[in-house]
Amino acid sequence: MRSFFTVAAFAAFVVLAPAGARAADDFTLTIKDHKFTPSELKVPANKRVAITVINSDATPEEFESNALKVEKVIPGGSKATVRIGPLKPGRYDFVGEFHEDTAKGVIVAE
Amino acid sequence: MLGALIIVFREVIEAGLIIGIVMAATRGVTSRGRWITIGVAAGILGAAVVAIFAGAISQAFEGIGQELFNATVLGIAVVMLMWHNAWMARHGREIAAEMRTIGHEVSEGAKPLTALAVVVGLAVLREGSEVVLFLYGIFAQGTSGLSLLTGGVLGILAGAAFTGLTYAGLLAIPQRYIFAVTSWLIALLAAGMAAQSAQFLYNAGVINRMGETVWDTSWVLSEKSLFGQLMHTLIGYVSQPTGLQLLAYVGTLVAMYVLMRVARYRPEARPVRA
Repeated sequence: MRSFFTVAAFAAFVVLAPAGARAADDFTLTIKDHKFTPSELKVPANKRVAITVINSDATPEEFESNALKVEKVIPGGSKATVRIGPLKPGRYDFVGEFHEDTAKGVIVAE
Repeated sequence: MLGALIIVFREVIEAGLIIGIVMAATRGVTSRGRWITIGVAAGILGAAVVAIFAGAISQAFEGIGQELFNATVLGIAVVMLMWHNAWMARHGREIAAEMRTIGHEVSEGAKPLTALAVVVGLAVLREGSEVVLFLYGIFAQGTSGLSLLTGGVLGILAGAAFTGLTYAGLLAIPQRYIFAVTSWLIALLAAGMAAQSAQFLYNAGVINRMGETVWDTSWVLSEKSLFGQLMHTLIGYVSQPTGLQLLAYVGTLVAMYVLMRVARYRPEARPVRA
C-alpha cells in the first residue's frame, strides 16, 4: 500500500512539475463564413504551440481534431486559444465540427 | 439534413452509451428509473445553461475556463464511478442473492444510484451542451434551418434508440454475471474519462509534461469512424495516446482495483493479517 502511494506521489511530481519551455510563439486562425483562413498553418515541430482561433461568424464553432487532441467550442464573435504539441513533423487535420463540410484545415509541423 | 443528423447522433450516443451501462448496472433496483430520469433532466437543463454561458465559460480563467470545466466534469464522473464500483464490490453479492431469493426488485442498491445519476447528468450536460450550441447555430442561420433542425431531432431520436439497444444488449447477459460485467465496463469507462480529463488539463497548460504521442493505431481504427468513436466512449480508445493519457488511464484502473479490493475486505470473513 505504501509503495502504491510512493508511486502515485512520484507520478504526480513528474506530471505536475513545471516544464521549462512553455508555448511562446503565437499563431492565428480565423473562421469566416464557416471556413478557416489560412486553411494550412505551419508551426514548429517538437514544441508546444498556442494558436489563437478567431471566430468572426455569428454562430458558434467547435475546433476539433483527433490528431491534435483538441476539442474546443468557440462562441460566435469571440476568440480562443488552442494549445497543441509537441508535434512530430507531419500534417494534422482539423475541422470546425459544426460545419464540417466547409470548415477544414491542416496544421503542418516542420 | 443528413449532416445535422450525424453530428447530433454522434453527440447523443456518447451520453447514450453511458446511460445504457448505468441502466444495466442498476437492473432490478427500485427507484432507479426515477434517479436516471432526474439525471437526464438535470443534464439537459445544465446543457442549456452551459450553452447559454459558453462565452463566459470560455473567457474565464484567462481563456482556459472551458478546458478546466470539462476536466472537472469528467473528474467528478470518474470519482462517482469509482465510488459506485467500490460500493458494489462490498454489497453486490448480497444484492444479487437477495434478488434471487425474493425474485423482485430490491431497495438496497438505491445508495449508489445518486452517484450514477450524477454520472448520467454530467454525461448529458457535456454532450448536450454541444448539441444545443449546434442547433442554436442552425436557428441563427435562418433559411435552411428547418431541414437541418429535422436532422437534429432525428439525430436525438436515433441516439435514444441506440441507448435502448445498448441496454437491451447488456440485458442479454445472465443475471449472475451482470454485476461483474458492468463493474468492468464502469472501470474502463472511468479510465477513459480520466485520460480525457488529463488531456483537457494538458490543453489548458495546467499540466505541461508527457504530451508526446506514444503510438499511432489510427491506421487500424480511427476515432472518426463510428466504431472507433464507440470504442472511445466505451473503453477510452485513443488512436494516438500521449504518455499523460496512458498514465491517467492505467492509474485509474489500478486505483479502481485497489479500491474495490479494500471495499471487498471484510475482517470477520477472513483471518486478520496484522
